[in-house]
Amino acid sequence: MPIFQLTVNTKKHRVDVDSDTPLLWVIRDEIKYTGTKFGCGMGLCGACTVLVNGSPIRSCSTPVSTLKPSDKITTIEGLAAGNAVQEAWIEAQVPQCGYCQSGQILAASALLATNANPSDADIDNAMAGNICRCGTYPRMRQAIHAAASKIQKTKKA
Amino acid sequence: MKTSRRDFIRIGSQSVFVLALGFSVSGKAKSLQKVTQLGVEISPYIVINESGKVTLFNPRPDMGQGTYQSLPMLIAEELEIPLEQVDIQMTDGSARFGSQLSGGSSSVRTRWIPMRTAGAAVKEMLMQAGANRWKVSIADCYAKAGFIINRNSGAKLSYGELVEEATKLPVPQKPKLKTWSEFTQLGKKSFRPDVTSKVDGTAIFGLDVQLPGMLYASIVHAPTIYGKVKSFQADQAMGVKGVRFVLKTERNFYHGPFSPDIELNQKARSKSEAIAVVAESYWAALKGKKLVQATWSSEGSAESATSQYFNAAKAKAQSDGVTYKDAAVGDFSKALQLSDYKIQATYQTPFMAHAPMEPCNATVFVQDGKVEVWAPVQGPDSLVTELAGYLGMKPEQVKINVTFLGGAFGRKAYYDYVLEAAHISRQVNAPVKVIWTREEDIQQGPFRPGMISAMQGGIDNQGNVLAFEHRLNGASIMANVFKADMRGQVDPWAGEGISVEDSPYAFPARRNSFNWVDPQMPILWWRSVYASTNVYAQECFIDELAHEGEKDPLDLRLQLLKDSPRFIAVLNKLAEISDYRAKRKAGKSIGIAIARSFASIAAHAFVVEKQGTGVKINQIYSVIDCGFAVNPDNIVAQMQSNLAYGLSATIKNEITRNHGVTEQSNFHDYAVIRQGEIPDAVIHVMQNEEEPGGVGEPGLPPIAPALCNAIFLATGKRVRTLPFDLSSI
Ligand code: FES
Ligand code: FES
Repeated sequence: MPIFQLTVNTKKHRVDVDSDTPLLWVIRDEIKYTGTKFGCGMGLCGACTVLVNGSPIRSCSTPVSTLKPSDKITTIEGLAAGNAVQEAWIEAQVPQCGYCQSGQILAASALLATNANPSDADIDNAMAGNICRCGTYPRMRQAIHAAASKIQKTKKA
Repeated sequence: MKTSRRDFIRIGSQSVFVLALGFSVSGKAKSLQKVTQLGVEISPYIVINESGKVTLFNPRPDMGQGTYQSLPMLIAEELEIPLEQVDIQMTDGSARFGSQLSGGSSSVRTRWIPMRTAGAAVKEMLMQAGANRWKVSIADCYAKAGFIINRNSGAKLSYGELVEEATKLPVPQKPKLKTWSEFTQLGKKSFRPDVTSKVDGTAIFGLDVQLPGMLYASIVHAPTIYGKVKSFQADQAMGVKGVRFVLKTERNFYHGPFSPDIELNQKARSKSEAIAVVAESYWAALKGKKLVQATWSSEGSAESATSQYFNAAKAKAQSDGVTYKDAAVGDFSKALQLSDYKIQATYQTPFMAHAPMEPCNATVFVQDGKVEVWAPVQGPDSLVTELAGYLGMKPEQVKINVTFLGGAFGRKAYYDYVLEAAHISRQVNAPVKVIWTREEDIQQGPFRPGMISAMQGGIDNQGNVLAFEHRLNGASIMANVFKADMRGQVDPWAGEGISVEDSPYAFPARRNSFNWVDPQMPILWWRSVYASTNVYAQECFIDELAHEGEKDPLDLRLQLLKDSPRFIAVLNKLAEISDYRAKRKAGKSIGIAIARSFASIAAHAFVVEKQGTGVKINQIYSVIDCGFAVNPDNIVAQMQSNLAYGLSATIKNEITRNHGVTEQSNFHDYAVIRQGEIPDAVIHVMQNEEEPGGVGEPGLPPIAPALCNAIFLATGKRVRTLPFDLSSI
């Protein structure tokens, strides 16, 4: 099997897997970051969302061979401690079962990185790919707004 | 409450004191000898070590409904220990913990007294130990934040310093419970202790379990669900690097459904056959799965189709059916005859898959004389029984490690996927993690049964309802899951949400009845079970009667519920927060529905507006009376949750089957509510001092009827079949 080099959460990893292996299973079963979840395997639910160079992708539908060693892959484990999004998530008590939340938080982080003050419509657009069967949608919206204003305040300060 | 016995045992060099209080354990409960690296076990649920660290055992798996917090908090409140200082561990299914099922929105309401009693008894023993140490009376001591405090001197002893002595004391038979005004943790918004781990990715779900030497399995199930393997070709799958075994396995529809029509089916439908691809990685197992070539017999459900099922149910609806005792009032037929106007309507609800975000999965290691499970399951105790029976072992040989559940909604109280993993592990002599794909999750069932509700009502010239009948026609969970013979019987569960107790409309005459129809597919409880289907018809038909009698739907409900003060209070609150009586422009309307299920009352108001060929939901208002609110914020969360889940089942998705095969397969054709598809709701939680009711499910049943009642007012169209497309009514 070919060897692939990946940069996950700023660490370099060498994995020995088939080239069609989805990034999801490489992250979970080889590199052992289990915060990234499997929900549909077809790019439909967002449970497997990770960031590649800051953009959210569906790792279940991304073969490992399509990634370069220089691509910066960020999983939920790689978010900076105490970041505004996760804090807002806790403050709003967003998670219920919690299973979709890694993907949701990464999608929200990517949104806020490009859009400092998203409107409700921006949130709907950016988050529509991430299903939550527990229906935490209103709290996620609330948390994204809260995180946005917190980030802005810290910038001003 | 029963007290059993105390033991003194020694583990290694450490002395450990065990005091077994049989709070939830049946008469013969034997001891709690196996303790524990954690410290001293004082009740099955409470362990305190010498440094004062408290570990609480939680007998209700968490699937998102909040029991990870609520159950330990019941103990912690009485034990006078802040929940943040406590370690929480899930119970392992063993009998000493009593019932451990999360289901039926029952956790808080059934454990409300027992868990608090356990906490209060242990607190009293610690207080007595402190009193003895200081040679004062127990009345001179009180407990606070993990310490016993001497009122007179102000001296303090930690629970850890007193626990050894406490175990030697008699167990209080009737420990004093706190009054509600004395609660410091229960009853206010509090942060759930599982949230941080669910935000940083460290929470361990079934999917995340890793064991040394573990293999992964993916399973090719029978396309017609109950089918058997005729032949299969493994060579290609075995050619995938990492695939270790391709073998025949089986899926158990445990208990087996009862089917008097086709005696053969009873056997055919208790088990199906399947093919497992076992590999060193899950991806290899999935690749192998695609390469397995198999031929199948389709016994058990050969030609079954949901369309045929609904036709059969509609045909059965012509006959009276078997009457429910819990909803029989007066002489319905006579009252109907005497009515000035008679109205009939038939409502249809679809089959549903549960589709929790985490598909079914289980890691099982079967060894000689023992089996260990790591899995997201709703009831480890019932799984112990199930698995012991299946493997021919004793319950003591079965150990269950309950992980967090990535959603369940009833699905994970059916352990077919765990038994599959056991079957495979036994064949390959290794720990095996079975993971179902989303396709299997949606196609393989068990499903919520679709139902036909045939309604009849009679009103007089003044619009008063004189007669009300609800005929249920459809599948029986009792028959399908528990093998009950439904001939001439009502399925008691099937009457949920519409009994006189749950739907206390003061009709002079009413009747509910049941006609059993064989679904020819595995069915199961699904969030709010039959209340999810019954209340839709019940609450829409109340509206139909109101309009027929030219009464406002709220006024008719207030009139018929006038002797049910908690219902009236909920309706009045809903009218208030939704500004129900406001004048609305043509094409804009408000619809309501109310229902009691799982001992709580919930009501919704939907404000809709005509838009093109359909309607748009502008606003949702919700009220719940679930008695005492353990964590009011979590109750709001569960209402929000029900709205998304219930609306998905109303306007998004259904399961249809044809020629024995499910027609949907993943979230593209089994769509669910996504961000931005419903407005955020205004939710009110009633404050009162009634006993706690259920929270995880009661919000669901009134959703569909409230929406459909609003749609009728906005468009003049009565929606009587779910699901429907909001954009074309
Ligand atoms: S698992 Fe990747 S989008 Fe669903
Ligand atoms: S929190 Fe359960 S699926 Fe989102």
